[in-house]
Amino acid sequence: MSDFSVLIGGKAGDGIDMAGLIIARILNQLGYRLYIYRDYPSIIRGGHTFSIIRASENKIATHLNKVDSLLALNQDSVDFHSDKTKDNTFLVYDSDVVKSETLPPGRQALGLPLEKIMKEEDAPAVMRNSCLIGGFAKAIGVEWNILERVLRKNISKGIDLNLRVAHRGYEEVKELVRIDIVANPSLPLLTGNEAIGLGLVRGGLRAYIAYPMTPSSSLLHFLAQKAEDFALKVVHPESEIAVILMALGFSYAGERVAVGTSGGGFCLMTEGLSLAGMAEVPITIILGQRPGPSTGMPTHTAQSDLHFVLNAGQGEFPRFVVSPGDAEEAYFWSSVALNISWKYQTPSIILVDKSLCEGVYSFDIDLVGELGEESPVLWDREKPYKRYLDTETGVSPLAFVPDKEAIVKVDSYAHDEFGITTEEAEKIGSMQDKRWRKEKYLRKELEQYELVRVYGNKSSSFALLCWGSNKGVCVEAGENLGLKVIQPLVLSPFPVRQFQDAINGVKKLVCVENNSTGQLASLVNRYGVGVDEKILKYDGRPFSLDELEERLRKL
Amino acid sequence: MKELGTYAKNTWCPGCGNFAILSSMKAVLNILNEEGFPLEKVVLVSGIGCHAKIVDYINLNSFYAIHGRVVPVATGIELANPDLKVIGFAGDGDAYGEGLEHLIFAAKRNIDITMIIHNNRVYGLTTGQYTPTSPLGFKGRSTPRGTKELPLNPLELMLSSGATFVARGYSHGIDLLKKILREAIIHKGFAFVDVLQVCVTFFNLYEYYNERVYELKDHNPQDYGQALNKVKEWNYNSDAPIPLGTFYKREIPSFDESFGKPESKAIDAESKIKDVLAEAI
Repeated sequence: MSDFSVLIGGKAGDGIDMAGLIIARILNQLGYRLYIYRDYPSIIRGGHTFSIIRASENKIATHLNKVDSLLALNQDSVDFHSDKTKDNTFLVYDSDVVKSETLPPGRQALGLPLEKIMKEEDAPAVMRNSCLIGGFAKAIGVEWNILERVLRKNISKGIDLNLRVAHRGYEEVKELVRIDIVANPSLPLLTGNEAIGLGLVRGGLRAYIAYPMTPSSSLLHFLAQKAEDFALKVVHPESEIAVILMALGFSYAGERVAVGTSGGGFCLMTEGLSLAGMAEVPITIILGQRPGPSTGMPTHTAQSDLHFVLNAGQGEFPRFVVSPGDAEEAYFWSSVALNISWKYQTPSIILVDKSLCEGVYSFDIDLVGELGEESPVLWDREKPYKRYLDTETGVSPLAFVPDKEAIVKVDSYAHDEFGITTEEAEKIGSMQDKRWRKEKYLRKELEQYELVRVYGNKSSSFALLCWGSNKGVCVEAGENLGLKVIQPLVLSPFPVRQFQDAINGVKKLVCVENNSTGQLASLVNRYGVGVDEKILKYDGRPFSLDELEERLRKL
Repeated sequence: MKELGTYAKNTWCPGCGNFAILSSMKAVLNILNEEGFPLEKVVLVSGIGCHAKIVDYINLNSFYAIHGRVVPVATGIELANPDLKVIGFAGDGDAYGEGLEHLIFAAKRNIDITMIIHNNRVYGLTTGQYTPTSPLGFKGRSTPRGTKELPLNPLELMLSSGATFVARGYSHGIDLLKKILREAIIHKGFAFVDVLQVCVTFFNLYEYYNERVYELKDHNPQDYGQALNKVKEWNYNSDAPIPLGTFYKREIPSFDESFGKPESKAIDAESKIKDVLAEAI
């Protein structure tokens, strides 16, 4: 078995999330590369929730809909997911709540009387998943000591009882298959948000400010938890408006800062975004997309804010927009984005989505590109300080308060070089030119990076066009079906030359996007590239590999 | 005495109450400087409106922000570096209308900044509409038949929100204004000053105020109950006497103190990241 998928389902509050992570960590101990897709409703208790944990010998960033093992803590998990089973799928289920006549016919099924076991062990209901995991581990032939090690590492509260309960599950079932041990070193498992957070820290982050909003909240939680280790100031203010304005205050005082939100919060941030553009105060924004319009579906995924991000804020100002497609790219580009916002004193936006933010990836730091030490352009103290000095690159050297010799004035109004408000026609034009000139130099600097990545069969004339988290599913589908895959990573300033190179020789171009209109398709259309077909999905769920391959075959 | 002016042309109307705030502020900054506070540690933040031009007229560090958002910008600067003296200027439309939520939270957090509200009770720069502190029936260009809503009493609101320094000044009678501003700026914690600043063009209340204002005497600003009673004496609508001075003052730990001073040495990010990664296997 080189590719193995497990679905674990229960109701919200059953601890499915943690159970999924524990299963992933067990498989990680065996040398597998992991990806977890988490599907849960915007409900604290009740409601159906599940995780699909996929393990492979190769690095992966997508899930499969057909699973090898189905772990059911409740009846819904059987009712909703039997269609995801195959002939050789086996089930481990709570035989006290799942009716045996509802089990999918012809599948091996191992029942564990979880309620009875919990009662006998005097364990709380939330430990049912430990028992189920014990049964699952035995069924795939995992040694008890591996299971024990993983449980000890992941559970701090009531570990002895958890182990006892897990052992009951382990003892009650028989081994069905013996999963291979892969000769890979285990890799850290990170959510996309954790990778973003670590990348920001690598880029010199000093403060993180956010108002809770799924799917970016877990980034706030992660950085708040690690604030002391990373010497971060983490603030949760009264609204997203306050978030971005406070962040601009931090930047003004010289502290590298980032903010995180989703589409609704970003709506509130747009006046601050435009202020950052005019006042040339650095800001890095992480936007985790979810389905809109409006509240939409808070805990699901979408890629429908691309044009919003490219155009948000009144007036015209340069912006850097990057959409990483997996954990390594999230780490790398978060660091780069923070640096760019400081080097060019203009907003950087890291555009991700729920699939990436909350998906769990095997993270290989050796696959992350080289990250240098970057410093913004600082005042050389030779001539009297002017905050908006008009330079060849448009970038005005920075000085930070307090500085005995510099008065630092920033302004949301049109202003002169010193930072005093002006409406003089000549000055207005030259200052706008100065701000836009930064984009030209930003474009130049960006050329050192792979801004448009190409995968799969590079000589194929049939290409998939994707962005963000769809990278994982498209790359794998491309490899399986012999197609070329093109992923623009940077979306503003749009890497026209690299994109033209990538598109060279392509006769049929199919975009794969999680929105209903094909937003990347319309962006590339602006640069004269037409998309022949659109494969779109906008039900809040990401593409699974099998689903995308099926839709591609139907083309 | 440092002049502290800039080359920016002053465009306030002749007789505008903002002149008094500007000259009091310059005087107070000079006094603080003479007492040993370095002026490069002062950061002025303003919103949008007539008041906001003040940052163009003072030759010190400044952040000319946007309407309603003085407080979060000032908060961010203070949190980034608590050694700075951050002074925010906002109009009544700015602080009590568009940005009211921030003002309440600044008071609630007791962030160590000073907020000076140029309260002329009318929108000047947008040429004469009512504000949250205009009296009932105020006829502005958006309410030609008079407002149908009562004004806010910002002092009462600030007291109940947890502000640790609450005062009222007046743009006529500069000595008292200087005294109040100085006290506010020195205060450790969130200091709030509502300055009755007269707009000669759209709502000239000089005569009205001159007949009613008086300086607080025999008042104990440590006494919350007394402060609350005094701020209620005039509700921005009645024709009652209008007390000026410091209503309330209390020292408690400020929000920014809880974050500590900026670290002088950078952390070794890469080794910290390695620790997290090792933990995640």
